[in-house]
Amino acid sequence: MQALTNRAKPVDRSPLTFLEKMYVPAIAKGMGITFKHIFKRKATVSFPEQRRQFSPVFRGLHVLNRDEEGRERCTACGLCAVACPAEAITMEAAERKPGEEHLYREEKYAARYEINMLRCIFCGFCEEACPKDAIYMSETFAPSNYQRKGFIYGKPDLLIPDPKQSSK
Amino acid sequence: MTLLSIDWFFILEKILLISAVLVLSLVVAMYSTWGERKVAAWIQDRLGPNRAGPMGLLQPLADGGKLFFKEEIIPTNSNRFLFILGPSIAMLVACMTSAVIPWGDTLTIAGRTVSLQVADVNIGILFIFGVLSVGVYGIMIGGWASNNKYSLLASVRAASQIISYELPMGLALIALLMLTGTLSLKEIVEQQRHDYWNVVYQPLGFFIFLVTAFAETNRAPFDLPEAENELNGGYHLEYSSMKLGFYLFAEYINMFVSSALMATMYFGGYAFPGMDSLGVSPNLLTILGFLALFVKILVFIFFFMWVRWTVPRFRYDQLMRLGWRVMIPLALANMLITGAIVLFRQH
Repeated sequence: MQALTNRAKPVDRSPLTFLEKMYVPAIAKGMGITFKHIFKRKATVSFPEQRRQFSPVFRGLHVLNRDEEGRERCTACGLCAVACPAEAITMEAAERKPGEEHLYREEKYAARYEINMLRCIFCGFCEEACPKDAIYMSETFAPSNYQRKGFIYGKPDLLIPDPKQSSK
Repeated sequence: MTLLSIDWFFILEKILLISAVLVLSLVVAMYSTWGERKVAAWIQDRLGPNRAGPMGLLQPLADGGKLFFKEEIIPTNSNRFLFILGPSIAMLVACMTSAVIPWGDTLTIAGRTVSLQVADVNIGILFIFGVLSVGVYGIMIGGWASNNKYSLLASVRAASQIISYELPMGLALIALLMLTGTLSLKEIVEQQRHDYWNVVYQPLGFFIFLVTAFAETNRAPFDLPEAENELNGGYHLEYSSMKLGFYLFAEYINMFVSSALMATMYFGGYAFPGMDSLGVSPNLLTILGFLALFVKILVFIFFFMWVRWTVPRFRYDQLMRLGWRVMIPLALANMLITGAIVLFRQH
């Protein structure tokens, strides 16, 4: 058979010499290698204290965005739920009442908006599907929880704080 | 009435000494588990346990507490009495060996001379051998009583392995005994105090003892009785809770005692070079000697761990071949040469 690369090395199947049969030199050599590793730089990242930089394209926890005036962008069109391959998103639409114009940007808004973080595969399709730029994926990931229901993130968990209120 | 007169101070002294030695071996065994994990981590470029306390120093306490609170399961079809007896024997035997090891010279407290050795029996080495041979019963009984094929196989392995390796170990020791002419460990140390360490005279004997000590304590590369990947943990497969803890703990105590034995017999025990020309008070010298012994023991324990995380496990036939066809002939040759030299020097 013709070799695909010239990197393949033939296996040496000659019987062990007496020195090799003694094992001891080989073991000593191996122990030298492991001893050297004791002083090497450790690969561990001590997680809660040390954090590694995520890559710029990292897709983390979802965020429901607001516009410049602090109104919710989401209009509960349901395109994100349709795009979601894991069927992790559910929502309920409601009509904006007079006097709520400062809360919701358009006449329709999401009264309930839930993402099940156990189902979500963080593919980012919801982000791409959204015509109103309402949903984004941030650079954090879902923290652990003791109960399944703790992983169903509702609007209070997803909405980013109102920029107008937080500036005050 | 002289028959009934009891030296209460003697009894108190011995009780204190026994407790101290027991506590020492338990604490060292406890922190060996921490050390093992740290050494493993360092060799594998990791940090090791560092969450419980500073540098993870409280980790052994957490592990022990966990073992105490785990559910205790005794399999339905096991032999209940033997099932409990197994780990008890393993633990008891592991603790018994430390009785004859001289932990230091004598201390003089309020006019009394206290020897830092629980029992200076004149058959010290024989005692250790006897007790070590009982140790395999703990594994055998535990493995058999579990009524599990893996455990049974592991205990059969343990029995034949320990018997096979006790032979070269004994032969290596006979060579040492011919040289020292005594079975008392205290005298062996005293001889090394005024002379070179025995390892200078018995390098091959020491090497054989070292290798067989690995087999006797069931440590890698000879940890076949507890091979995880082929026997699911071997003889302690069915054990849980503190009974499992006893088995694991006994292994670490055995390691500590083997290290102490090697340090005592081949590396001068509590004697260190320049000991008698230091010119400090005898009590301080004894404490320094104990520290010297302790450092030697820690070095050996580190060596045990270092080997475990370097050398892969032997195959069982390789183990037996090494034991019978390499170790025993080597030990015999060592004995023969030593005997010839001892005879030659007498004439």
